[in-house]
Amino acid sequence: MIYRESGQFKKTYQADQAILPLRQDRIFLILVLLVAFLVIPFTASNYVMNSLLLPFLIYSLAAIGLNILVGYCGQISLGTGGFMAVGAFAAWNLAIRTDLPMPVIFVLAGLITSGAGVLFGLPALRIKGFYLAVTTLAAQFFLVWLLQRPWFNNYSASGVISAPDFHMFGWSIETVTDRYYLSLIILVVMALLAKNLVRSATGRKWMAIRDMDVAAEIIGIRPMPTKLKAFAVSSFFIGIAGVLWAFLYLGQLEADAFNIYTSFDVLFMVIIGGLGSILGCFLGAAFVVLVPIFLNIIPSALGLPLSTAMISYIEVFIFGSLIIFFLIVEPHGMARLWSIAKQKLRLWPFPY
Amino acid sequence: MMFFLEVLIGGLLAGVMYALVALGFVLIFKASGIFNFAQAAMVLFAAMFMGGMHNDWGLPYWLAIPITLVIMIGVAWVIERVVLRPMVNQEPIILFMSTIGIFFALIGFAEIFWGSRSRTLDVGIPSDPIFLGDMLLQSYDLITAAIVAALVVGLVFFSQKTRMGRVLRAVADDHQAAQSVGIKLSTVWVVVWSIAGLVAVVAGIVWGGALGVQPVMVDVAFKALPVLLLGGLTSIPGAIVAGLIIGAGEALAEVYLGPIIGGGIDSWFAYIIAMAFMVWRPEGLFGEKIIERI
Repeated sequence: MIYRESGQFKKTYQADQAILPLRQDRIFLILVLLVAFLVIPFTASNYVMNSLLLPFLIYSLAAIGLNILVGYCGQISLGTGGFMAVGAFAAWNLAIRTDLPMPVIFVLAGLITSGAGVLFGLPALRIKGFYLAVTTLAAQFFLVWLLQRPWFNNYSASGVISAPDFHMFGWSIETVTDRYYLSLIILVVMALLAKNLVRSATGRKWMAIRDMDVAAEIIGIRPMPTKLKAFAVSSFFIGIAGVLWAFLYLGQLEADAFNIYTSFDVLFMVIIGGLGSILGCFLGAAFVVLVPIFLNIIPSALGLPLSTAMISYIEVFIFGSLIIFFLIVEPHGMARLWSIAKQKLRLWPFPY
Repeated sequence: MMFFLEVLIGGLLAGVMYALVALGFVLIFKASGIFNFAQAAMVLFAAMFMGGMHNDWGLPYWLAIPITLVIMIGVAWVIERVVLRPMVNQEPIILFMSTIGIFFALIGFAEIFWGSRSRTLDVGIPSDPIFLGDMLLQSYDLITAAIVAALVVGLVFFSQKTRMGRVLRAVADDHQAAQSVGIKLSTVWVVVWSIAGLVAVVAGIVWGGALGVQPVMVDVAFKALPVLLLGGLTSIPGAIVAGLIIGAGEALAEVYLGPIIGGGIDSWFAYIIAMAFMVWRPEGLFGEKIIERI
């Protein structure tokens, strides 16, 4: 009753092609943004912002990047961690070796990651499916190894280096609130970009390649530029996420922090959230960030006398089981659940 | 020259161990089309149960190994019931993700039982240096190679000469046709996962004996994946040959290339070999030719 589209007429082509054609959706999105920008920074504690919200925002960005590649273009990639590392190290090296302003460095780091993505995406022109997925592991292992070479750490002895303090447009990023705002702004802008990109001709070509590449080729879509474009755009997003992860969340850089399990985590977000859905990336990221924290809190909240080691083992077990459970219950991800809920809401409470 | 041969043979023997893990992947992929990422977790799981039962409970190995085998069959049964059966007809990528779920669940389960402490697993394979002319070889490696050869011969015998083996080959060939002549897929899957469990037990003994049993053992998976790729996802001989190629290539690269471009290249060298090869031949050495229709 509340959620219905009757009476909302579209009078222009513009209105017909809006991202959110329903008024309720627009109101909902504006409310979410208002809460994110105006309510959370003043109510959330530092702990919540630092260890829940920042990873959530940054992982969402990485998940959007991977979803462009896996969900829209159908090329499975397990190299996300390696590409995040490239972004982070590119930004760090640019920051200490040049005097470029920070926004330029961010974009350049993204572009460098795009280059790496295109390079490792080249085999995708010949290799498909699981063969490709395993091939992208080459990117993961090779890039992390490469970034551990001394030149990239500026010959630091321990291999761990701290991120420089920085400022943008005269706004110096110091407190956790600043870091939250910066991630949020970048995420919102880039999510909007992604949403529009996948609705464009490019996005439609990606989906055609995903659904059947031979058929797409026959109707005149050139597979090489299309696939490589997906690799480039996806890596750009992932690279920026890597910069944010190192500069805003960890505050230090270490190539080993972007290991194979980072890649798996981001792939989980995409699959659990929903392949081929931008909204799904946010839901998936929330799931993967929040579940381990809840699993960690529950035993002590219930007063179970378990050692921390035991809790971490149980956490691993339950996390694995939850993934299986989720895939069985809704293999199309949380975004699908959301659209089913919306469908139900349209009719509720008079289903006939 | 002698040194080169030593490195080469050492590499080949290490490659046999990679092939052993890749074998488990191939068996499951052939029979069910599932890319089973959990194979490495099954190796760790088996090794932890064997090591735990021997070291903590004091069971002798001749008892611990059969018990572990029974447990692996139980694991296969549970996986079929809980994971595979509800997910019939899902897309391959969803099934792949669910095996990553199994990966975590198995590791978590084994750790709940045995903790993450490192253990030894010494079933009595002697590890003495053997001199062949002037060449130095490890008896452990040679015996491992013999065990793997025996395992492969056993698997070939099983799949060619027994009724169950013929059933497995029928399913690998064509699921629907196999079903239509009255083969129960669910039974076949339990059998296949049990055989993969058996391979995991052998791999657990061999790897655990060489490196000790500890959670980082799952990293052997990342060694076995390029082997799998190079050999082709559906070929058992492919897994063996590719294991040998990768093992030898890696050992030679570490010795001759390592000093030039920096150490630790073994983490990615195998992947780059596999990737370069795949660009030339996308289905691997012996994989089925990929034919696409519209």
